[in-house]
Amino acid sequence: MLNLTNIELTINCKKILHDLNLEVRKGEIHSILGANGTGKSTLSSVIMGLNGYQVKGGQILLDGEDITNLPIHERAKRGITLGWQEPARFEGLTVGEYLRISNKFSRDGFLSPRECLLKVGLAPELYIGRAVDGTLSGGERKRIELASVLAMKPKLAILDEPDSGIDSLSIDHIVDVIKTFSRTGSAVLLITHHEEVAAIADRASSLCDGTVVKTGEPVAVAKFFRNHCEECPHVNKPAEEVIHNG
Amino acid sequence: MVDYSKEFEAIAKAYEASGGNPNDLFDKKTASLVVSHHKILFQNSIPGVNISGEEIENGVKAKIVVKPGTMVKYPVHLCFGVIPAEGVQKIVSEFDIGEGAKVNFIAHCSFPNAIKLRHIMDSKIRVGRNAEMNYAETHYHGKDGGIEVLPVTKAIVEEGGKLRSEFKLIKGAVGKLDLDYEGTLEKNAVCEFDTKVYGKGDDRVLVKESLFLNGENSRGLAKSRIVATDRCVSEVIGEAVGNAPNARGHVDCVEIIKGKEARVSAVPKLLVVDDRAKLTHEAAIGSVDKKQVETLMARGLDEDEAVDVVVKGMLR
Repeated sequence: MLNLTNIELTINCKKILHDLNLEVRKGEIHSILGANGTGKSTLSSVIMGLNGYQVKGGQILLDGEDITNLPIHERAKRGITLGWQEPARFEGLTVGEYLRISNKFSRDGFLSPRECLLKVGLAPELYIGRAVDGTLSGGERKRIELASVLAMKPKLAILDEPDSGIDSLSIDHIVDVIKTFSRTGSAVLLITHHEEVAAIADRASSLCDGTVVKTGEPVAVAKFFRNHCEECPHVNKPAEEVIHNG
Repeated sequence: MVDYSKEFEAIAKAYEASGGNPNDLFDKKTASLVVSHHKILFQNSIPGVNISGEEIENGVKAKIVVKPGTMVKYPVHLCFGVIPAEGVQKIVSEFDIGEGAKVNFIAHCSFPNAIKLRHIMDSKIRVGRNAEMNYAETHYHGKDGGIEVLPVTKAIVEEGGKLRSEFKLIKGAVGKLDLDYEGTLEKNAVCEFDTKVYGKGDDRVLVKESLFLNGENSRGLAKSRIVATDRCVSEVIGEAVGNAPNARGHVDCVEIIKGKEARVSAVPKLLVVDDRAKLTHEAAIGSVDKKQVETLMARGLDEDEAVDVVVKGMLR
């Protein structure tokens, strides 16, 4: 479904991503593991096409269509969306309105704002009329972000650390929501630091120094990550053998 | 006997265009004052709320008194309009909210045909001890922008009193706006000014909100949200003076610029006199926040639609 080939991204003369190859299959949950600064969030920005993240080399295909140079909203209309790690806040925009924007471009039917809020564990009657602004806690805002992604019923949901800033009791709920995406036919590219969350994936990839160094079964990739990356001696400059022999 | 029926009809239409319900204006259970140009078309007092209007040269002088302890159930409606394209309308008003009273005001100012018009609002407000006054003023202007709006308010909020005042001018052309609001707060008093303006064409917007925190534990907020498009020039001055122990004041300004010829500026003026007072300010001026726009684009809106959602939300 989504294929990234030989992606190269340079920002301020510095290579951030290079020789990056990744495939996300239809309906799968694909988790991305990597230490801080390895390019995980940058990867999500590249796939979404955010400003400043236009690739210098390589190609992004969605269902065979080259979307490498498409603007953000055109990618969204083709079924890609992003749940931000630190979601934006909007003065004066209610949760209901925010979710209805996602509904507008959802594929083949949609979940109502009310249903989406229930799925992320928020009581609709308490939230639907509230503003998506600074009065929401970080955890509440993240759940609303997930609800907003759900409301789109995307082909591909990129979730950038949906579990960060969420209390440990609620992690299970977030995991359920991520599984919901898969059940409704959406693929998920899941960026997380929690191994137990990453473990729900069908496949996983590990990133180091801006490139994918391992793809496979989540357990195997997590083991690889623990052995090679948790105390990376290369400070995000992996030894060639990690890439070639890992 | 002068027949005002056509004027009634025109003012009611303009009132409706500005977002009000004309039926509220003439409902006997609500206190109200309806002014067209310099004529009082209708005024209604209710138990506990006395409205007395008097026609003066080029306008109307009005005194609104809310008796101590009165909890006013329905909002008091004020409607000021000018239907002709030219002229001057001066509204001199005095609000006296008695001790412990609570009242909400909804004011609509409609100038649908303005080409060369001045609308002067000169208000004095006293919010008595532990009283509460909420005042929301919405303007509706035509497209020509040939109007000068000069609202000046001097408010005193007595011990434990609360004043919240919102000024909104987002429909039609602003013309020239020179708003000057000043609140003087006594002990434990609270005062919030909130101004929202959407400037277009050659509009000129000057907003000055001042808070004098003279009483211990007084709290003040001067908030402004301005959008300047085309060749609009906007300046916001947010002023707070901390004169008393534990007084807290905050100046909060957001100005969004759209268009190469528009200009926005923000000037916070904070002065702490008592060393136990604390004042803060935040200002964000410039383009629409990139992350907000990209978030909405990632849901399928194009850039213009996304900016529109952000701006409309901010001015709501």
